[in-house]
Amino acid sequence: MSSPTQSPAPVTTSELAPALAREEAADPFTIAGETFTSRLLLGTGGVPSLETLEAAVRASGTQLVTVALRRVEASSSASMLEVLDRCGVRLLPNTAGCRTAREAVLTAQLAREAFGTPWVKLEVIGDEHTLLPDAVELLDAAEQLVADGFTVLAYTTDDPILGRRLADAGCAAVMPLGSPIGSGLGIRNPHNIALLREGVDVPVVLDAGIGTASDAALAMELGCDAVLLATAVTRAADPERMAHAMRLAVEAGRAAHGAGRIPRRYWARASSPDVES
Amino acid sequence: MQVTVNGEATELAADATVADLVAARSGGHDRVAVALNGDVVPRSSWPDTRLSPGDTLEVLAPTAGG
Repeated sequence: MSSPTQSPAPVTTSELAPALAREEAADPFTIAGETFTSRLLLGTGGVPSLETLEAAVRASGTQLVTVALRRVEASSSASMLEVLDRCGVRLLPNTAGCRTAREAVLTAQLAREAFGTPWVKLEVIGDEHTLLPDAVELLDAAEQLVADGFTVLAYTTDDPILGRRLADAGCAAVMPLGSPIGSGLGIRNPHNIALLREGVDVPVVLDAGIGTASDAALAMELGCDAVLLATAVTRAADPERMAHAMRLAVEAGRAAHGAGRIPRRYWARASSPDVES
Repeated sequence: MQVTVNGEATELAADATVADLVAARSGGHDRVAVALNGDVVPRSSWPDTRLSPGDTLEVLAPTAGG
């Protein structure tokens, strides 16, 4: 008999009935013609060590990992790329820290040179306290980068109208926040996320605010195509274990979305037959 | 000549190119990008791009983020 303190063995899709497992596995997600079987994108910000990064990346099952560009110093970022290359993940450069469209466009162009990819996670931040997107600068930058041939994944507020404007501008994916970056406050306006999802034809990736696995599952249940998170894993007490939890949560939320939840009811509804019948 | 590299005044040889600067400052990174006076300098142009006194350069490399 197992000890009561022992954690239950995690269930993965590979333990589902084979036919169902195949169905879940055959549920790929495509951005700009590139197909991913993992719907979890991982950010590297806040990672305490390269060993932890590698363990978390592998446990998450992610195939797309964000990185930033900073003034070169005698730091260990070259070995970070070695770790990510070894994990076989695709890199997604971001424009983190940019405050204007002009800064973001230049940073994206530099990232294209450094990484040899036209893919960019576009971030244009309004202030240092909230790190919320500046909608005006964001849309301007998105239009310029799309015109310059970039594949733009736009980090945005949860405003469904702005999401539609970004998609109309040619963004390859729209990435609304659940709550401010690093706050762990979860999805503060689930209805807006659902409305935004309904309003665009490009993939929607819930990006920022995830605190724990249930937040990631909710994002997927709301219809998001994927989830991008960093802090919730990198600053968790056990990043590898949280990365695994996020993987399961994204899979569970996606499956639940496809399965069709029951309607919410005000009154109880017995699940066992009546005694008389 | 004096130029500004990543916000710091830096002394370089009079005939220095972007390639020379990258070799001195990249710290072993192979995925580096350079902006000269606010414009990207493509890697293929580094050896032929001569610097001038007063130029402002950014030399950037990948780091954890996002």
